[in-house]
Amino acid sequence: MSRNALIFALLVLAALSAVPWLDSGFWLALSINIAQYAVLATAWAVFSGPTRYVSLATAAFFGIGAYTVAVLGEALPWPAVLAAAGVIGVLVSLLVGFATLRLSGVYFVVFTFGLAELIRQLVTWFEVNVTRTIGRYVFLDITQAQIYWQLLGLFGLLLILGTWLRASRLGFALRVIGEDEMVARHVGIDTARAKIALFALSALFMILTGAVMAPRWTYLDPAIAFNPTTSFQVLIMALLGGVHALLGPLLGVVPMALLFEVLSANFPNHFSILLGAVFMLVVYAVPRGVIGLLARTQRRRVA
Amino acid sequence: MEAAAGTLISGLVLGGMYVLVAMGLTLQYGVARIMNLAYGEFVVAAAFAALWLFSAVGLNPLLGLLLVMPAAFLVNLLVYGILLAPLVRRAGSPAALESDSILATFGLLFVVQGVMLAAFGGAYQSYPYLSVPVTLPGATVTANRLVALAFAAVIGGGVWLWLAHTRTGTAVRAVAVNPLAAQLVAIDVKRVAALAFGAGGALVAAGGVLVSMFLTFNAAMGVVFTMKALVVVIMGGVGNLMGCLVAGLLLGLVETAVATWVDPGLTLAATYAMFLAVLVARPAGLFGRAAR
Amino acid sequence: MSAPLLRVTGLTRAFGGLVAVNALSFGVRPGEILGLLGPNGSGKTTALNLISGALAPDAGRVELEGRLVSGLPAHRIARLGIARTFQLVRPLPAMSCTENVLAGLAFGRDAAWDGEALERAEALLALVGLGGKGHLPAEVLTYVDQKRLELARALALSPRLLLLDEWLAGLNPTELRDGIALIHSLREEGRTVLMVEHVMDAVRSLCDRCVVMNAGARIAEGPPAEVLADREVIRAYLGAEDA
Repeated sequence: MSRNALIFALLVLAALSAVPWLDSGFWLALSINIAQYAVLATAWAVFSGPTRYVSLATAAFFGIGAYTVAVLGEALPWPAVLAAAGVIGVLVSLLVGFATLRLSGVYFVVFTFGLAELIRQLVTWFEVNVTRTIGRYVFLDITQAQIYWQLLGLFGLLLILGTWLRASRLGFALRVIGEDEMVARHVGIDTARAKIALFALSALFMILTGAVMAPRWTYLDPAIAFNPTTSFQVLIMALLGGVHALLGPLLGVVPMALLFEVLSANFPNHFSILLGAVFMLVVYAVPRGVIGLLARTQRRRVA
Repeated sequence: MEAAAGTLISGLVLGGMYVLVAMGLTLQYGVARIMNLAYGEFVVAAAFAALWLFSAVGLNPLLGLLLVMPAAFLVNLLVYGILLAPLVRRAGSPAALESDSILATFGLLFVVQGVMLAAFGGAYQSYPYLSVPVTLPGATVTANRLVALAFAAVIGGGVWLWLAHTRTGTAVRAVAVNPLAAQLVAIDVKRVAALAFGAGGALVAAGGVLVSMFLTFNAAMGVVFTMKALVVVIMGGVGNLMGCLVAGLLLGLVETAVATWVDPGLTLAATYAMFLAVLVARPAGLFGRAAR
Repeated sequence: MSAPLLRVTGLTRAFGGLVAVNALSFGVRPGEILGLLGPNGSGKTTALNLISGALAPDAGRVELEGRLVSGLPAHRIARLGIARTFQLVRPLPAMSCTENVLAGLAFGRDAAWDGEALERAEALLALVGLGGKGHLPAEVLTYVDQKRLELARALALSPRLLLLDEWLAGLNPTELRDGIALIHSLREEGRTVLMVEHVMDAVRSLCDRCVVMNAGARIAEGPPAEVLADREVIRAYLGAEDA
């Protein structure tokens, strides 16, 4: 994104921050939902776009953020809670990255696939055996409007970081890795380190989104926080919207968030069936396959 | 001593189930080149089928195998033919097929899981079959576990014999090693891939039926089975049946040991710990065969 | 005789039961062009992969200016000053030619970024004969131009040692003449080159010395004319009956 486009996007975000004054019911709830997925899907694409590693760990990081708030929310001031969530989540992302990102993509997919379930079980075990409370109430003095503004702020920050990244040497390294990892190594790029750094950055935004969203539920247990459909929805949105332009995922977020809203309101008991079906349709409808979506689409032609 | 022997036997029984389930996965991934993330849902679906046959029809699960395995074979053939073959046809490269199949089966996972949730609800299920204690030298276990292990050994051994000693089995192994070369020696790679996918599905179903005899299960458990099967396959080396056997039994033993002496809530953590150790120390699997 | 820039000692690598490189030893002196020859499958490309860090050796050492580099990851070796081209040309297809060269400049031994890097990239493109083509995506270039681009990218690393893996293969006679002249100009600049090559005219006119491999091991070493007349070398290339 160019500098001017970034400034324009930030101005639009500033204008959108007026929503809570216009409506504090349905439209604010919908805006929060969209803003949440906008941050998650964009953060997903920031990592998976250039590296082409399909991450299924979104729910794990989102859940870490949300659950940290459930545990620490009343004990610490809000900025300290966010910082704690960030530190925990980034440590987890570094561990996952170190174990898998030096290897081929399959290991990464497999590892991230079960990650949310693993952390859910670990947290449950901890709560049952150590704290002896499963499920927690989140009573924080944070309004819906404040949640929304924080999400907009996160999204703005992500756009600024993303724009900076594209112009930076790290961003360039990641593009080289996406083109040909073998060549990248032989021109002196520490490919594992670059990928791990980006994975941690992307995870940080997912964690913060989870943390910011936590006060929206008054009751949280591990099964709610680490709901695997989160990974799934974010994946569909980002792939559908496109992962190469910074604002690409947003194109998938808006229609899909609306669709999921309708589906979950009308078919609450069959939501996951419909979700799966929508997703499979997306995979089949894309002519060049998902890798075509992940590959750079604009092939410049020279006469 | 008593506890140790009991843990050993329980671990071997569980490990035997993992071997069976992972053998199916290695057929689907190693031969048909489909990374099937909906794999565990088929384990659970077979378990529900066995439950339904037992409680509604009054058929014991061992006879149920005779129905469930062929049915699973057909269902998986259909899944391959309708859902996955189009992806195979359009895939330009193994990497393209891998990511397409991962995403398509990820979608399938939610569909199958959603159907099971709608049909059976989210509660844990089990049924009493042969749950009589058997006293062995050093330990007492329930009969259903021993029967499950025996059936797993027979079915797994049968598949091994099929692969090693029949013409079709040889074709399956040839495709696993090199699909292009297999084509050159007049093997119909597409048919073999479909066959391997179906056979893999039948093995998974067998695993699901046998597991349902002695474990409680619910509709949301598929992910855990998929993870465990994947970890066994990666540990053993993709396409390596002997590796599968050793890795599966090892995982069963480690999990049972953790469940007995540490905490049953930490078995998936034990799986992940083993996975991490393999990834860091021997990414090509315990037996060194490269996993692509 | 000057101290070697690169010293390879007892280098060994097996794939399963096949020993692709077997106790290979040789040295490359500063400023020379050393040819690494041998029939197909004799282990030349594996040797380059071991030197550049694409593969780790099972045994043996690779030293660059006395510093042990074998066992280091490829990116560390690249930063220490060993750059390479690939047998099957590997441009970064969707990136422009300038960006391809920038990839070599941005992370190498004498790394550059921003304005200075752009200038150096243009100069390198001009050096290999791609002046004015900087804006084109690499994938639209002809085969020979992609090879030139790969060379420019390798040179952008300011390498102490340049590894060329059959860089001249597949060129037509005119392109071949230009290619030989280009490598010749690198020698004039005092660069050190280790080249795997099958084009014997190029070997004769470019190489100061040659090392000949067969079945993973060194069977001859010396000036091109000498080794190419060696009985064992001829036997390796043509088979026993013809020698």
